Amino acid sequence: MEGDIAQMGQFIGAGLAAIGSGAAAIGVGHVAGNFLAGALRNPSAAAGQTATLFIGIAFAEALGIFAFLVALLLMFAV
Amino acid sequence: MATDSTNTAGKSGAGRMVAYVLIGLGLIAFVAAFLDDYAGGLAIHPMDQFEIKRLFGEGPIGIFTITNATLWMALSVLCVIALMVWGTRGRSVIPSRSQSMAELAYGFVRQMVEDVAGRDALPYFPYIFTLFLFILFANFLGLVPTSFTTTSHIAVTAILAMAVFLTVTILGFVKNGAGFLSLFWVSSAPLALRPILAIIELISYFVRPVSHSIRLAGNVMAGHAVLKVFAGFAGALGLAGIAPVIGIVAIYGLEVLVAAIQAYVFTILTCVYLKDALHPHH
Repeated sequence: MEGDIAQMGQFIGAGLAAIGSGAAAIGVGHVAGNFLAGALRNPSAAAGQTATLFIGIAFAEALGIFAFLVALLLMFAV
Repeated sequence: MATDSTNTAGKSGAGRMVAYVLIGLGLIAFVAAFLDDYAGGLAIHPMDQFEIKRLFGEGPIGIFTITNATLWMALSVLCVIALMVWGTRGRSVIPSRSQSMAELAYGFVRQMVEDVAGRDALPYFPYIFTLFLFILFANFLGLVPTSFTTTSHIAVTAILAMAVFLTVTILGFVKNGAGFLSLFWVSSAPLALRPILAIIELISYFVRPVSHSIRLAGNVMAGHAVLKVFAGFAGALGLAGIAPVIGIVAIYGLEVLVAAIQAYVFTILTCVYLKDALHPHH
């Protein structure tokens, strides 16, 4: 159990940054769930909106990816 | 469908039995092999699989060194060429299996470009199709055990994303001139809000290549790292390692899905950016 305070901070920071990935999961679930809710009300319109669904998921995911990037930077680049 | 499956079960019951026995033996051999090497806990580091190595000789790695990344990128290019050249060799009215695969991929991406970016984006379809097939095959080849996943490296995906970003930006200015800047001037918003929105739009525009590249690399890399973490569990648990092996099988199925979806998402975002370049007005 050796190591210095800076390394400890690095690991704690990386773990905290990983919380952002969970937040992105909430966002992605929101997009997909709302798509499903809308699709079940009007199934005939659903097929044309799958591209929009994936774009929405990608945008929601992008911010989670920034959190992941911060975690990676803290682990390997600092 | 139901009668079909019962029929095949009746016919090939013995063959199915043999398959189950083989799978069981394979799993036991897999766990036994791990027992020897990885008895000391997580001896394999999950990130080791992304290490770039020289293929020939020793020494430092430069720009023109042939590495495992180069090899697997070349292999995915070869696969794309093989699919398209082999698939379109006959060009028959009733397509063969390879031809229908090639037609399926072509039609899928063409439809996507037309739906998302509009008809006038079709001249840029070859570029988008190339991107899609390269990423798809790089992802799928990375799922072959002991292979190397090129798209898990940000260096690879960043080049792809920067190419898209530069293409789209230059195209926007060539097609619209200074009118391309109206992309950042949201004319549907109240006048007082527009300068603030312009700053936000500008930031989000320049963040595009970052999120575009890291989304692909991050998804692929995280999935492969999870597989290796579970492999480490299987080695550490001994005979109970059968549970992580089942988990690996399930996650592998998920990774096949992710490989296809991430190629799709990369392509469809390229189409969205292209649409912004061709029609910047809000």
